[in-house]
Amino acid sequence: MMIYDFFISIFHNELIAAFLNSIIPVAFIVPFALFAVYLERKVSAHMQDRLGPMRVGAHGWLQSFADILKLLQKEDIVAAKADKKLFNIAPVLTFVGCYAVFAVIPFSSAYIGANLDLGLLYIVAVSGFVVAGILMAGWGSNNKYSLFGAVRSAAQIVSYEIPTTLVIITIIIVTKSLNLYDLSVNQTSNMFNWMIFGGYVEGWHKIALIPFMFIGFIIIYISTLAEVNRTPFDIPEAESELVAGYHTEYSGMKFAMFFLAEYANMFAVSAIVSAIFLGGFQSPFGYLGSTLNLPWLIPIEQFFWFASKGIFFVFVQMWLRWTLPRLRVDQLMAMCWKYLIPIAVVNLLIVALIMVL
Amino acid sequence: MTYYTFAFYAFAAIILLSAYAVVTSKNVIYSAFSLMLTFFGVAGFYALLGADFIAIVQLIVYVGGILTLMLFGVMLTNKITETEIKTGVFQVLPASIIIGMFSGVLIASISNNRWTVAEKLNNPQNSLVGIGSILMNEYILIFELLGVLLLIALIGAASIARK
Repeated sequence: MMIYDFFISIFHNELIAAFLNSIIPVAFIVPFALFAVYLERKVSAHMQDRLGPMRVGAHGWLQSFADILKLLQKEDIVAAKADKKLFNIAPVLTFVGCYAVFAVIPFSSAYIGANLDLGLLYIVAVSGFVVAGILMAGWGSNNKYSLFGAVRSAAQIVSYEIPTTLVIITIIIVTKSLNLYDLSVNQTSNMFNWMIFGGYVEGWHKIALIPFMFIGFIIIYISTLAEVNRTPFDIPEAESELVAGYHTEYSGMKFAMFFLAEYANMFAVSAIVSAIFLGGFQSPFGYLGSTLNLPWLIPIEQFFWFASKGIFFVFVQMWLRWTLPRLRVDQLMAMCWKYLIPIAVVNLLIVALIMVL
Repeated sequence: MTYYTFAFYAFAAIILLSAYAVVTSKNVIYSAFSLMLTFFGVAGFYALLGADFIAIVQLIVYVGGILTLMLFGVMLTNKITETEIKTGVFQVLPASIIIGMFSGVLIASISNNRWTVAEKLNNPQNSLVGIGSILMNEYILIFELLGVLLLIALIGAASIARK
């Protein structure tokens, strides 16, 4: 049973049920962001042979809560020459763009915000609001570093959307569906039904698809990394050149909004990559719930696998951030237009050929 | 009044208010961001009409493409904030004649049309399948020609940018 139907059965009102259904991801994102900030500091520290936060709580596990308390108490500063309307709307618009993606991500077989038939296209569509929000922040701050950061970031997101979309089209050719929920359900509990192992296609096609699925996976991982502005693609926030990019002028809760949006986005792209290629919420080993004959346990297990896969990819993003140096602007664009897009197009053509034969 | 009617009026209000702001705003950036809301409202209309694919394409093309391009154009233009944009009233007589004629045509076509409401589908079909099969069967030539047209536009843009 879907959680939405459960809410309907309690309240007998579509509006209340839809509202409750739509705020469930918040209950996931906020604790996740707190955890991810802590994880980021610990991962970075251990990679640089440091200990990271140690004072607040055992091994510093309360550090994120302390940070949030600090942010809540900060004075809300709006720069004197800033465009106040745009400056205040921008963090909200950016977060809305990130949050809208969560509507079509299946958290488990019992929960998806909106079971859209065009889920994959919808994800491409709403990322436009993130671009608009970042540009708004950069312009509204009335600061050269913010504007540079915003324009760089928007150019980067718009460019890297092309390889992402090409890989998504490749997937659509294989699965003949754009529905992320169906995609996850069809990649059943056996690990070799995951898209990265050729998906649930039958016959020799499956074996022929495997290398091209790996290529697609690598391309979409690189380009989503660039879309969330993480190192090695973090020139929009390059500390050594641009202070902090588009959120230089923000402080207090508005800064926290951008921070939350960034971590939400990191999880969202990881979840999308795992939903497309790694079975989404499906377990690699089968379910304890079906072994013990406890059907209610299965959705909880699925949520566990979904969260683990997402957090694993977030960890890989952090790992890359503290391992690789930053790309220059020209290298960044060359990477996208001269390498990723041609490889993605050829990959698309080969997969289409395999599926036609 | 069902929720859908409410949503319709909400989207209509968004479209009208933001379109008014686009025209009257003295700041180009405000106009551009209001235009984003207008596009969003139109996408909402398409979604309410069950045209999910068109709604999403509206967002991809207009918000993700055209609006971003406009914002880039505005932000990379020198001294754009210093130029005053005139939003006063000019040429009242010719404007009112043209608006009167245009609204006359609109009102006539709206009142002469027989508005039929389609049967409500209990299980709406995925509109993408239908659009795809029509494009690939009946209108394949037009579809391919449009592709060639876009390619020509791209080549032209690249060759102008090189100069």
